[in-house]
Amino acid sequence: MSTEARVGHFPAVDWDGGALPYRVGHRKLGMWLFILSDSLTFSALLVGYGYLRASNNWPTPFPFYPSIVFSSVMTFCLLSSSLTMVFGVSASSRGDKAGARKWILATIFFGLTFVVLHLIEWNHLISEGMRPFFLPEHWVKVFTTADGVPPSPLFGATFFTITGLHMFHVATGAVYLGVVAARVNKLKHEDIEISGLYWHFVDLVWMFVFPLIYIMSVDVGGHLAR
Amino acid sequence: MSAHAEEHFAGSNKLFISIWVWLVLLTLIEIFLAYRPMPIHFMLTILLGLSIIKAALIVAYFMHLKFERLSLILTLVPMLVICICLLFVMFPDSFRSSGLRYKYKEPPPVAPAPEEP
Repeated sequence: MSTEARVGHFPAVDWDGGALPYRVGHRKLGMWLFILSDSLTFSALLVGYGYLRASNNWPTPFPFYPSIVFSSVMTFCLLSSSLTMVFGVSASSRGDKAGARKWILATIFFGLTFVVLHLIEWNHLISEGMRPFFLPEHWVKVFTTADGVPPSPLFGATFFTITGLHMFHVATGAVYLGVVAARVNKLKHEDIEISGLYWHFVDLVWMFVFPLIYIMSVDVGGHLAR
Repeated sequence: MSAHAEEHFAGSNKLFISIWVWLVLLTLIEIFLAYRPMPIHFMLTILLGLSIIKAALIVAYFMHLKFERLSLILTLVPMLVICICLLFVMFPDSFRSSGLRYKYKEPPPVAPAPEEP
């Protein structure tokens, strides 16, 4: 009679349960659950933004330069950082730890470029007079309707909250990836894959923030430039 | 957990580059659309549609969910979609409050004072 213990046996059907019903480790499952909760945080913020926008006279003040040019380059940076991250995870899966570190460092570079460009863009808007609860005076003049309804001052509050929370995620993600790059030889492949999940999530959120906050607020007629 | 140094990670670098190219192209379409005159509802619908496609590409290929077990996908995705839909429950109220907020150009009328007994 065999005394050998049987481990690693997967059930035939997904819902049979077992030691690893999802065939992922508990840390990876934990990251997925964190991503779900964070997705709902950003969803609630974006729905709240939509609610305010639909119930107010909403200004559309972003010019092609600097706002749209900067935000487009920032989008390119984040998309490229996701590509370098997936290359890093792929290298890690082949046991190429040096390659994984190289690609993770490239990801951090793109992430930090995003943060720097975003801060420059914020600085443009702040120097123009935009604040969380106030609009620049010339914006108020231009975007007041013929009926005398002024534009909503909450434009700044929603902009700084949503883009600020996203920027915080990018910055913390860069720190997280820095720790992963430093400890890459000690970490398992799954740990590197988990850090990749977080980074791709940050990219994913921007895919909604960019069109809803920036593209939908373009000053198409060039009203502010006149 | 495999005892081998190499772990299974589906998807080739060529596939990931093609996904990245699609994501960049869809972003360029979004920027192009920003300067096309169209009703805001059309614009919002198209932009959200493109964003959902981009998000799906990122989740499926970069986050590798396409290659995970079906039970994990079914645990994560429908719950998120339902919760996000529920967030919109109160959205129609925004149209009502829009109508209320600037209804009066003059100060709103006050209630008549109660008659003296």
